[in-house]
Parts: sequence; C-alpha cells; structure tokens
Amino acid sequence: MSEDNRVNSNDVWIVGVGLTPVGEHWEKSLREIALEAIAAALAEAPGLSPQALYVANTLAPALSGQSQLGSLLADFAGLRGVEAMTIEAAGASGGAALRQAYLALKAGAFDVALVVGLEKVTDQAGPALQAALATATDADYEAVQGITPTAQAALIMRRYLHESGAPADALAGFSLVAHANAVGNPYAMFRRAIKPEDYSRAGMVSEPVNMYDAAPVADGAAALILARSSALPPAGPLPAVRVAGSSLAIAAVALHDRRDPLVLEAANHSANQAYRQAGVTADDIDVFELHDPFSIYAALSLEAAGFASRGQGWRLAQDGEITRQGRIPVTTLGGSKARGDTGGATGVYQVAEVTLQLQGRAGPSQVEGARIGMAQCLGGSGGTAATHILVRVDPA
Amino acid sequence: MTEAAQSRMLKPIREVGIAGYGAYVPRFRLPASEVARIWKGADGGQPIKEKAVPGLDEDVITMSIEAARNALARAQIDPSEIRAVWVGSESHPYSVKPTSTVVAEALGATPHTQAADWEFACKAGTEAMQAAIGFVGSGMARYALSIGMDTAQGRPGDALEYTAGAGGAALLLGPGEESLVVIEASYSYATDTPDFWRRADAKYPEHGERFTGEPAYFKHITAAAEGLMEGLGTTAADYAYAVFHQPNTKFPMRVAKQLGFKNEQVEPGLLVPLIGNTYAGSAMIGLTAILDIAQPGDRILLVSYGSGAGSDAFSMHATDLLPKRRTLATSTADYISRRTEIDYATYARFRGKLVTK
Repeated sequence: MSEDNRVNSNDVWIVGVGLTPVGEHWEKSLREIALEAIAAALAEAPGLSPQALYVANTLAPALSGQSQLGSLLADFAGLRGVEAMTIEAAGASGGAALRQAYLALKAGAFDVALVVGLEKVTDQAGPALQAALATATDADYEAVQGITPTAQAALIMRRYLHESGAPADALAGFSLVAHANAVGNPYAMFRRAIKPEDYSRAGMVSEPVNMYDAAPVADGAAALILARSSALPPAGPLPAVRVAGSSLAIAAVALHDRRDPLVLEAANHSANQAYRQAGVTADDIDVFELHDPFSIYAALSLEAAGFASRGQGWRLAQDGEITRQGRIPVTTLGGSKARGDTGGATGVYQVAEVTLQLQGRAGPSQVEGARIGMAQCLGGSGGTAATHILVRVDPA
Repeated sequence: MTEAAQSRMLKPIREVGIAGYGAYVPRFRLPASEVARIWKGADGGQPIKEKAVPGLDEDVITMSIEAARNALARAQIDPSEIRAVWVGSESHPYSVKPTSTVVAEALGATPHTQAADWEFACKAGTEAMQAAIGFVGSGMARYALSIGMDTAQGRPGDALEYTAGAGGAALLLGPGEESLVVIEASYSYATDTPDFWRRADAKYPEHGERFTGEPAYFKHITAAAEGLMEGLGTTAADYAYAVFHQPNTKFPMRVAKQLGFKNEQVEPGLLVPLIGNTYAGSAMIGLTAILDIAQPGDRILLVSYGSGAGSDAFSMHATDLLPKRRTLATSTADYISRRTEIDYATYARFRGKLVTK
C-alpha cells in the first residue's frame, strides 16, 4: 500500500476477473460452468480468500431445478464457511449481485467478496425456456396475456420507430458493431462480423425484431473478485480498477404501468446516481457496456444514460459514434448480441469486460486509452437497472 | 488401427453378409412447399423437396412385407429357412402384438422362426441388423431377416412435419459365401442422450431443437464411424460409398464432410430430399440405393443414428453376386420415381390428422 493514488480508504476494487466462453454447453452442468469462472477469477487474485459469495442467476430454479446456488457453488468451490446467496433481478441480476458485494465491502462486513454471474439455459428447450424467460415480465398482467420478452421488445421497437420516424433498419448499426467487436473476443459466442445486407435480409423473429435484433440466449458464467483497500494485494503490472459508482434503481415491471414506454426510467435514475457518486458525467465515459438483449434496448439505454435525447439514440448507430473509435463505444466485446445473452450473468460479464478494457487487456477489441468505463444491465423491459462506473488507477 | 478400437469392433465367428435386400417406398408425395403453404403462409427455405406418404391401406406391416419380398427375390432362398424376422420401427401398428409375426406369416417364414419388434428410434432397423449378424455369425441360423420401416410421425406444423416420411428396407443376413455384400465388421456406440422422444401414449414425438444436432446426431455418427474405421484401419478414401442416417439433407452432408467423405461418395445414397426421413428405414433404404449401382469390390460404409441415442456403423464390400441378383426385384430408384403428388388436405386425410369423432 505504498502507492499514493491507491488511497488507503473505504474504496472497493476489482482485483480479479474470470470469464468462460458463452455458448451452448450441452455437456456441462450449471455448477461446472460456474466453477470454471470462479477458478479463473481466483487465479487472478492469489492469496485472497473471499469471505462472501453473491451469485447472480435467474433461471436455475425453473430450468435446472436448482435453488441455493450460493451454498452449492461455495461448497464446490472449496469456500465452505463463507456467506453465500443468490441475487435475482432478471437481466439485472449481475449488476444487483455486484452491488450487494460492493455494499458489504463498503460497510466493512468483509474485505474480499466473490461475485458470480451464472446462467444455464440449454437444459430445456422450446416452451419451457420461453416460459422461464417470460418470468421477467409481470406474471399477472403481462405474462398471463402470453407475452414473451421477444414480443415485448417488438412492441417497444415498433412504437419507437413510429414515434421517432426512424427508418426500418435504424437499429442495424447496434448489431453490426456488436458482431464486429466480438470477432476479437475469445469468450464470445458469435465471432463473426455481419454486413448491412445480412441485417436487412434477416428473417423476422417477431416483427419488427429480426434475427439480428435478438440476442441468442446462451450458457455462460463470469466471476469477479472484489476487495477493500485494506485487502488490496501489492501493485502488480496491471492498473488497478476502482468501483467509483454503484447504483440500482427500479421502475414498474409492467410496461403499461410506466409513464412513457419509450423511456427506461430505472436506467436513467441508476445512471444519474452512478454519475453523481463517481463525480463524472456522460461525457467522461470512455466505454459503455450497455444491455442489448434486443437492439431496441441499446438505443433506449443510450438515451437513458444521457448520450442522446428521447427518440434519438438510434442516430448514434448511424454515424460510427458507438464503434471502438467513436464518441461512446458500446458492446466493445460483442454485447449480448454477439457475446451471447447470458440472462442474469450479463451484468457480471459486462463489468469483467469493462475491467479488461480499463486494464488494456481487451486484445483486438481494445478501446485505446479507456480510463473510465460504465456497465449497465436491465431486468426485463427495464423494471430494474443496475449501473456501475469503474475507474482505472495507474500506479504512482 | 489400435488394439482398443479393434477389441470394440463386432466381428462374428463366421463370415456374414447380405444375401438379399429390398426397399419399399409408398407412391404418394407431399412437397415440403405444401407444409410451408399451410403453416408458414409462404415459400421459404425447406429442408427437403418432398416426402413419401403411405396410402390409406398401408402401414409398417404391409410395407415391411413388400420390402422383404424384394429381399427374398434377390436372395433366391426358401423362406422356411429363415430363423428370425425382426422389424425395427417407430410406427408399429400395435403397441402390444408384434408386427414381425404378421410379416413372417406373409413371407412364409412361420412357424419355425424367431419373430420380434425392435425399438431404438431411427436405428431400430440397424439394431435388428446387428442382432441378425450375431444370429447368423454364431451359426445359430442360416438366415435372419432385419427390417427398418416407418410411417414417420411429425406434429402438424412442427419442423419434423416437412421431413417425416414413409419407407424402409429389408436386409436378409446370410452366410458370407452366398452374399451380395460381405460385412467386414460393425461397431455400436450408445449414450443416454435424450434429444428426441415419444412417450407411450403420445401421437407425435418431441425434440430438443438444436440439441438434436451437435451433442446428438453429429457426436454419435462421428464416434461410430471413426471407431469402426480406426478398428479396421480404413479411411474415408477406402470407401466407394457412404450412407448416413438422413433426418434432412444438411445433416448427412455435413457429417460426411466432417469425416472426410466427398459429395460423390454420399449423394447416391442420399434419398431424404425425395422421400423424406423414413426414421428406422432411413439409413437402410439409403444402402439399398447404393446396392442398386455398386460394383463388385466396392466398399461401403453404413452408419445409422437413433435418438436417445446411438449409432451402428457397418463396413462392407460388394461381391460378384450383386450385379446378377439386383435385377430380380424393383430398384429403389424405380420406387422413388413412381410418384403421385398430393396436397396437404389429402395428406391430412391419409395420415388420420383430422378428428372425425
């Protein structure tokens, strides 16, 4: 703790990340995937022993018949004796679990915590998977009508295109950028760039959502080791990454209960709180890992986080502003679209990816000079939003 | 060629071959575009061109008898010398009461015979073939008849409805010295992989969507083919022809490529674009199309796939008898070109898809 700028205070740091390839892991179980991620993260933080484990997961009870992931994974990871539990907030579970770890460290309850985002969807197919995914909607008022997340995204996208007057392929850029960025990510499911004509020719999933607007639901696990300043290991070759902002906000789960279905209210509140806490503005963000289970949410997230005004987010995808060289790079390692949509694990993947960017470890997908990064994940159509801002701290 | 692979190969004590073979395909054809027209409201990409549909008076029993009579015509034997009549199918007309006894009776193989029905999804026919090789190869019987035949089920509107066809083949296993094709060795590979299933009382099967691909079809066929070729010390280039289970056009072509086979080795036995997936009959009827054209000495690889899941792989070569005998019954190509196109409504009537009481 000799470095001046790694202040010996109440700060929380990310000291290890562990990623597993996103894909259809037919031959691996829920716990195997999680243990791979945990082992990879622990290997980056030698000598640190987590005292708490927060598991981000949504679908294990419905699809794998497994609850109590906290104790299950702690046990099999050789961490008996730690405090462990699952944190569930649909697609925002990852950010929510990270926030619980952050709060516990801030409170001084623990010095080191482990966060694991985990989703295993390939144990079931067809109706069972669709029904499980639809639990992110309001069961009594939305799911009961037969809506699925895909149909909901289609309703929002149709209204968005109508109100903004944007052309039919207005959102193509989000998919093109995500696919291009995933080429260099060894953990991405689709490491293949696509052309504009691939997008325009793609079959409809639920009009106007086409195949390239919809992210593939897939298996994956990611892990993070967090530590308080007091437990920070001696400075290594990598820059340190500090959690400068952490926020979770909510809105109505049901789309029809929101004031404006085209505004992600929770995402807006969550981003603003995180900006305030970190002492930054949207202009300071070098990398933004937004949540794009459907491309419409990328446009709405950019608007909610202050990068565009209402109805204008799609324009950022038109003129190169969201590429790695642009004003606000998004989905820099593929996002949900091309890395793969790992449901409740998404937020942990995002924060791990921002960490890699800030430490200059993103390989061919590196955003040059990234110092401040933001990750935001959404539950369902935006009923929950968790935002984290990370800052790179170079050794003195 | 490793010792372990050799020890896993199935090789009978005495040489066994196919003494007679026969195919059967019902005459009706439902174009895949008809299924798309009803269920998708449009023409799009379809997995095959058309599928064979059984007529109102046809089922696995009648179709098995047709194919078996063709096999006996080519084998030129007395049916009373057959000691086993085994029918593999997913469409046995009865849940309890054998298909095989009716078939054996019609062929004149009763009463001094084994008769039994086999079930292993789409490899029930080759499973019966493995058993028949054992029956003949051990000396227990001179002839054993194995049949793979289906009137395949697919839920209306499901992806399977485009391909679930009808047809199959009968192979009479007999002593190597009087065979049209000598079987060099076989190999079976099975795991508990639930990719496709139908419960006892269900009319239509269910499947695990993309799970039916990589971890199911491709894994098992590849393992069976590689296991057998490793045991025999053969490579893809040693075979004049290869036939793989054919649930659609894409899968067998892709697995052939993965195993190092060229299109021209596979296409002569690829019947699925024209008759659909005949389930337990699929790989075996593909073999009959090859036997209709193969020359003496030609080596053939046959690999089935059954969901649940497993594959049987067979390596064989044609003998001098093959060209002489194959003209004694209707060729598979002739069955395929005997064609009456029907529309979806006629298909729905023929296949009992309309609720009438």
